[in-house]
Amino acid sequence: MIAELGHFALILAFVLALVQGSLPLAGAHRHAVGRDDGGWIAFAGPAALGQFVFIALAFVALTALFVGADFSVMVVAANANSQLPLIYKISAVWGHHEGSMVLWVLILALFGLCVAVFGSNLPATFRARALGVQGLISAGFLFFMLLTSNPFARLVPAPADGRDLNPLLQDPGLAFHPPFLYVGYVGFSMAFSFAIAALMEGRVDAAWARWVRPWTLAAWCALTLGIAMGSWWAYYELGWGGFWFWDPVENASLIPWLVGTALLHSAIVVEKRNALKSWTVLLAILAFSFSLIGTFLVRSGVLTSVHAFATDPARGVFILVLLVAVIGGSLVLYALRAPALTGGGLFAPVSREGTLLLNNLLMTAAAATVLLGTLYPLLLDAVGGPKVSVGPPFFNATFLPLMAPMVAVMAVGPFLSWKRGDLAGAFSRLYAVLGLAALVALAVWYFYRGGPVLALVALAAAAWLLFATLAEFADRLGLFCAPWRDSLERARRLPRAAYGMTLAHAGLALVIAGATGASLWREEHIQSSLPGDAVTVGGYEVILEGVRQVEGPNYLADQAQFTVRREGREVTLLEPEKRIYAVSAMPTTEAAIRTTGWGDLYVVLGDASEDDSGAWTTRMFFTPLVVWMWIGSLLMVAGGLLSLSDRRLRVGAPRRRKAKRTSDLEKETA
Amino acid sequence: MKWKFLLPAAIFAAVAVAFAVGLTLDSQRLPSALIDQPVPQFELPPIAAIDDGDPYGGGFSSRNLGGGVALVNVFASWCVPCRVEHPQLMSLARDHGVSIFGINQKDKPEDARAWLERHGDPYRAIGADNDGRVSIDWGVYGVPETFVVDAEGRIRYRHVGPIMERDLTGTLLSMTAELGP
Amino acid sequence: MRAWAVIFLSVLVLASGTQRAGAVEPSEVLSDPALEERAREISQGLRCLVCQNQTIDDSNAGLAKDLRILVRERLMAGDSDQEVMAFITDRYGDFVLLKPPLKTGTLLLWFGPGAILLLGAGALARFYANRRRQGSAGDGGAAKPLSETEKKRLQSLLKNGGEKGNNP
Repeated sequence: MIAELGHFALILAFVLALVQGSLPLAGAHRHAVGRDDGGWIAFAGPAALGQFVFIALAFVALTALFVGADFSVMVVAANANSQLPLIYKISAVWGHHEGSMVLWVLILALFGLCVAVFGSNLPATFRARALGVQGLISAGFLFFMLLTSNPFARLVPAPADGRDLNPLLQDPGLAFHPPFLYVGYVGFSMAFSFAIAALMEGRVDAAWARWVRPWTLAAWCALTLGIAMGSWWAYYELGWGGFWFWDPVENASLIPWLVGTALLHSAIVVEKRNALKSWTVLLAILAFSFSLIGTFLVRSGVLTSVHAFATDPARGVFILVLLVAVIGGSLVLYALRAPALTGGGLFAPVSREGTLLLNNLLMTAAAATVLLGTLYPLLLDAVGGPKVSVGPPFFNATFLPLMAPMVAVMAVGPFLSWKRGDLAGAFSRLYAVLGLAALVALAVWYFYRGGPVLALVALAAAAWLLFATLAEFADRLGLFCAPWRDSLERARRLPRAAYGMTLAHAGLALVIAGATGASLWREEHIQSSLPGDAVTVGGYEVILEGVRQVEGPNYLADQAQFTVRREGREVTLLEPEKRIYAVSAMPTTEAAIRTTGWGDLYVVLGDASEDDSGAWTTRMFFTPLVVWMWIGSLLMVAGGLLSLSDRRLRVGAPRRRKAKRTSDLEKETA
Repeated sequence: MKWKFLLPAAIFAAVAVAFAVGLTLDSQRLPSALIDQPVPQFELPPIAAIDDGDPYGGGFSSRNLGGGVALVNVFASWCVPCRVEHPQLMSLARDHGVSIFGINQKDKPEDARAWLERHGDPYRAIGADNDGRVSIDWGVYGVPETFVVDAEGRIRYRHVGPIMERDLTGTLLSMTAELGP
Repeated sequence: MRAWAVIFLSVLVLASGTQRAGAVEPSEVLSDPALEERAREISQGLRCLVCQNQTIDDSNAGLAKDLRILVRERLMAGDSDQEVMAFITDRYGDFVLLKPPLKTGTLLLWFGPGAILLLGAGALARFYANRRRQGSAGDGGAAKPLSETEKKRLQSLLKNGGEKGNNP
């Protein structure tokens, strides 16, 4: 019953999406040619609300089916079983293709609703067009779901119990990383819709940039968090402290992130100086386009990846058609309308705008590089070439060199003024920072002599960025120059967006430092251990006490006890496990980690030795600075959220007054 | 001047075409690196004897190949898809008279023998590859895999995964016929 | 102070380069650390064909373990790094290499990023040049001159002190 209701709700949502996707657009067009009274445009809001309500109902229905473990529904039987803990029954709702599509359209509808409700400062036709585009996209995805991926399909006869959710997914970090990613991907659809609406209207201005920013910022924050969560999960779950593998699906999330970051920065230039309009519109289109391409890559089977859902070429064809319609259509519209978006303030290459433009160049080049590496095997295969594989060595060799100049410029940019910046002046304030960065480089060289040179360069760069960001902040407040009361006053009046920028840039510096330490300075020891054996790693002494069996809610595990000492004193007890899950018989390893500011002590239990010696394979790692990556990511998200809460963004630009036509003016002044 | 605005659409069009082609390809299957090369030199013992019994299968080495068209099939009792393809192998051997040689990969002798007894033995000779080395020499990365070797002892084709009905009629039979007796 | 000591101690046991040991068993580790180091480097450049997107160094699969042992055997037999890689690619093709070799088929891949950057930089340079030309060509980016009716409206606006709610 619930399943059928859910299915019906999706169908109703589809109809409403069609309404939302047609009437407002037609109404806006008629309005533009002076033939409409706004009646059709008025459908946008209610349709958006209705669509959201019905999709939400469908989502609730699906969740109820999972929580109630109704195995007569195919997706429930395929992804959950009665022994699954409640929290994972819930996260199983989106842990597979069909359910994740419901989440996707739910978030799409939610964003549309938010624009309908909170976008009252937008001109009516513009809002109608944006909602119309949202509606069309939603209709496309709902149609795809109803036709090829119905989450409410029944399984007859219903099995007594379901299959297990992949044990790797039975983890809080991973269970909740998809929703954040989807808010990110789908959130960019708002910028996309705004861009299309602007192209349709034939006008992009500072007001548009101000409208686009909050939505893009929200999506960016979510995407950053989602990617960081995925990385963090990989680090603690997969058993050797790695956190990024340049896997095609990871890349598919990185590319929209890079384009989205470029978009955020480019929109600033449009808002402040009314320049770079057509480029920013293109970025807005591309950010969502890459989200869609990512969806295609994961679900079509075109690329192989550990992340990929079960593949089905029929679905692939459908998504490809959707892709061509949405992306192809929007890029053709861009080609037709963008040439009219000219003009804007002039600025020198060395200026705030100049550095933002440089940031854009490097971010876009980086995104293109990652795209090239990810798609190359497919492209070569498609033209009949040999099969090659593109792995981390390629990406490390090409992506990292692009990030270096970007980090260098990021530090200088905020010091430059708009229109024409004073480079010498900026550098005079940066000498101290340069000195500090050199000091860090020296310290690294001294303590890690014999270590990779790359680590030295990367950490010096991170230090350069961090201290420059702090210096700029101090400069703004007049710290150490003006009396502290003045500084306090300036701090109070500083717009939140400025705090946001400082936090975000500082966060990135920490991420770079953490990633460098964790990958280049990692220390490891593999050995066969008997109880009582001690290993020295990372300044700790790790002693195996013993291994025993423990039982979890749906698994059986071998658990080891390790005593950890430092300088003779006991510091902690670490208990890594090797689990076997009851239903799927899949093994997983759970590492035990001790986190400190200087690094993580990471202990993993391997297999028992095949002879009867009672020895176990044990692996210990020390990953320096890794926690800085997670802290840095959180700082970046915090900075984004802070910027989002800036009143200026919410108040927004005033209503655009309709420019009076010259004939009206003549009547007025005659 | 205006043409540069078409660039994004044009690039996307190319990518979309690549995706469309990609949907028809099979990204999972690797072509063999040994196509048109002579078979690797190897020598495999028969499946080991159990207790006081006799070894089984006769052993299999590169000397067995090169006299005529033959199939070399990598299999194991623990491999589920091997069970699925077995009827096709039996049909090839019995009904079409194709010579099939077997490489039994990393199998326990009792298990392998029991499996062959239960499902039938289509092989002219079997070699036991206990450490997987010979499989590596053939570039095998999964089980089952089947190679077509011509009369000069060159590898001409590799089929990855179980041989289904349509592979039988589609590729393998025509290939073996083409390459001669 | 203790932190520095920690780092110092770490240095003593540190080996340079990336370390990943997802699946290497203690029994596989060679007694010669230099050879073992080379084995690890080579393994980290080889793709595990059974499990997607892992190196044979990280993968638990049987084939990965066999290949790890094979790599070590060849190293002990005196092969150079290139010879070991060639041994594997002779059997499995270039696909098994995580770093795509530089061949005619991969020229676009390896030179692509640099080319994209150069194209982008060129577009940027042209953008600035155009803007400069636009600026010096006369109107300096200013708007078109006002028409008569617009001038009159401007006068009335200035006289009436501006209309309500005009400015942000």
